[in-house]
Amino acid sequence: MAEAMIRLEAVTKTYQGAVNPAVDSLSLEIPRGEVVVLVGPSGCGKTTILKMINRLIEPTSGVIELDGRDVTSVEPHVLRRGIGYVIQQIGLFPHRTIADNIAAVPGLLGWDKGRIEQRVDELVELVGLDPEMAQRYPASLSGGQQQRAGVARALAADPPVLLMDEPFGAVDPIVRSRLQEELLRLQDRLAKTIVFVTHDIDEAIKVGDRVAILNIGGMLEQYAPPDELLREPANEFVAGFLGEDRGLKRLSLIPLTSVNLVRGPMVNVTGTVEEASSVMRQEGTEWVGVLEGDRLLGWLWNTDLDGKSTVADCVPRRFRATIQAAASMREALDAVVNTRNQAAVVLEGDRYLGMVFLDQISEGLLS
Amino acid sequence: MIDWEWITDQGDQIWERTVEHVTLTVIAVVVGLLVSALLALVALRNKRTYAPITWTSGVLYTIPSIALFVLLVPFTGLSLLTAEIGLVSYTLLILVRNIVAGIDGVSPSVVEAARGVGYTDRGILRRVQIPLALPVIVAGIRVAAVTTVGLVTVTFIVGYGGYGFFIRRGLARDFPTEILLGVALSALLAVVVDLSLVAAERALTPWARSKATEE
Amino acid sequence: MNFFQEVAAWLGDPANWTGDSGLITRTLDHIWISVLSVTIAVVLTVPLAVILAHYKKGGLITGSLVNLGRAIPSFGLVALAYTVSLSIGLGLGFWPTLVALVALAMPPIFTNAHTGVGQVDQATVEAGRGTGMSERQVLLGLEVPLAMPVLWTAIRVSAVAVVATATLGAIVGWGGLGRYVIDGFAQGDDVQIFIGGASVALLAIATDLFFTATERWVLPAGTRAKDRTEVEAAPKI
Repeated sequence: MAEAMIRLEAVTKTYQGAVNPAVDSLSLEIPRGEVVVLVGPSGCGKTTILKMINRLIEPTSGVIELDGRDVTSVEPHVLRRGIGYVIQQIGLFPHRTIADNIAAVPGLLGWDKGRIEQRVDELVELVGLDPEMAQRYPASLSGGQQQRAGVARALAADPPVLLMDEPFGAVDPIVRSRLQEELLRLQDRLAKTIVFVTHDIDEAIKVGDRVAILNIGGMLEQYAPPDELLREPANEFVAGFLGEDRGLKRLSLIPLTSVNLVRGPMVNVTGTVEEASSVMRQEGTEWVGVLEGDRLLGWLWNTDLDGKSTVADCVPRRFRATIQAAASMREALDAVVNTRNQAAVVLEGDRYLGMVFLDQISEGLLS
Repeated sequence: MIDWEWITDQGDQIWERTVEHVTLTVIAVVVGLLVSALLALVALRNKRTYAPITWTSGVLYTIPSIALFVLLVPFTGLSLLTAEIGLVSYTLLILVRNIVAGIDGVSPSVVEAARGVGYTDRGILRRVQIPLALPVIVAGIRVAAVTTVGLVTVTFIVGYGGYGFFIRRGLARDFPTEILLGVALSALLAVVVDLSLVAAERALTPWARSKATEE
Repeated sequence: MNFFQEVAAWLGDPANWTGDSGLITRTLDHIWISVLSVTIAVVLTVPLAVILAHYKKGGLITGSLVNLGRAIPSFGLVALAYTVSLSIGLGLGFWPTLVALVALAMPPIFTNAHTGVGQVDQATVEAGRGTGMSERQVLLGLEVPLAMPVLWTAIRVSAVAVVATATLGAIVGWGGLGRYVIDGFAQGDDVQIFIGGASVALLAIATDLFFTATERWVLPAGTRAKDRTEVEAAPKI
């Protein structure tokens, strides 16, 4: 684990008039440059935890450190200018244009006009908004566009830390999935420390480098990278929260590149029928793949070869279960199952890399 | 400062002015409600009439009723009609707006359900929309009625005034006790009218009450 | 001569327009005391109301204030102000009228400034704090501008009510357009009464139009004007 950017130590929050604490003596280290997702059912205190980091809520006891410094040693509003904050309701200022919204923190920090303008242009581009929208008011943007503007506003002063409270909770599933991917793409470039709150376990697995599963009362049940969570849920609660299909979820985290691809029965298109037959004999198959250099042309039944002298005389059949090397094991499984095959062909662009078999996929789960 | 002895001598006067004040108020609110209901129905039937109807009642609302009383004097004289035209015209905007908003605010699914079980349009209006709009309508009536109670004091200018009579005479005689009496009685009546309407609303909307106790 | 010809003749006489008791002076007097009253009411109530609303205090007061404002007749306010003014030696005319008008305008402006700030979307406020605005910046940069549509409507409605009630100032010795009404009744002069009523009516409508027309300069772009009368209105006479 990288060194901690945010450190919570025995943090407790009991709301006024409440008997049980919303967060009970929670300790958590959030490594620099990682996306940490706080996930759990409602009442687990995940939003409270987030808001204690930027002091929108003050803890009853315990210490929170940001980059080695106690957050209470700084004025709340000064602290917050150094922390990006994105919420589900977005909270764009309705009386300011998108550009002015994005310029909020730089303005508070007293940047000069030219620098602010340049930064706004950069951010509009970065989050994928149409530059023409910068001069519009929030009400005229769609939910997805507003959320992009909200992210741009949070990133404006290039804060090292970003807090996101169910940022994509209010947009439809298609837009949500796209925004999640864009967040990951941004994170590849920016390497922020991001604390991300959600109640959606799939979202947590998708965006998190590390996931904290919380139970009612801010009890930390397990804190681990998604793959480890899915492989070894610490207890019944975590297993239940991950769901019955956690094996499938895990497959989506394992890249195809992590298995040893099988070369398979392959013959070059320039080869003879005898060569092809011997490949099939060796591999114990009744079919053979046809390559031209490292390009895959298709495959042939052994009967296709009857009466022919070279492989080039036959018309290869097309592989239906093909998949790109960048895909996950889950996608490979989909490809195999959907075409009722035993294996999927793995390509990189046009180039043949090998094949992955069903039993390799299930073995992947054991690793 | 207050001459209590004088006040105790005013029993008959107070009674007489109370009757006058209440009569003027009740006529104004009842007539205002009837006219507004009619206008609201027109507006609900034909959405295009809503803008001109609210615009007109908006202008009537903007014209001070004291100005309206006075403008009418050359035509209708110092009469009850003059006083009531001024009072009624003031209530229209509030009442029309609240009736329309109340009925428009009834959930479309409830209206659809009523249509589904076979109510006619008329039946829906009478049995579903108006009852469900009652809280909003009553809120409008409360504002209109309480304001009318205050306005009635100004009808002294056309020879009525209710409790305004005391205020006017107190001013003329430079007699603070009488001014205070008029103001206090008028404020008291406003409170009584408001509370009666709240009570009436509670009696008319038992479903709203049961919801409040569940929460 | 019928009634309208008499009115026309009155309007045609330059002597009725100029001088201390002319239509122009009286209109200006009427406007002057109205502007002054509304300004004082705004200065006295808005800062307190928005600060209370920012800290989520005073909800109970605002409700009772507007009810109290409605229950006490504006004519009663004028008469009470007159009594008080006389007893503390401020005399007739200007002071009792001003005090009554300020008292009339304060409750609705206070209440609407309070509810206007209270209605501001909490997500916006939280986002403001989250971006590092100080409490002052949240109040002045977000809550007040976003409350402007409600506040402006309240000021408009109160200004119209003040213009109307200023008419009663004539009863306690103030000039203004009410003089025509009071003098007209005293002299049994229907024309003068009519002139008074018509000029007050026109001035009230002009006030309303003035506020509607200036809305787009006063209200921050991006905020939509609320339904024009969707505020706790001042009782008007």
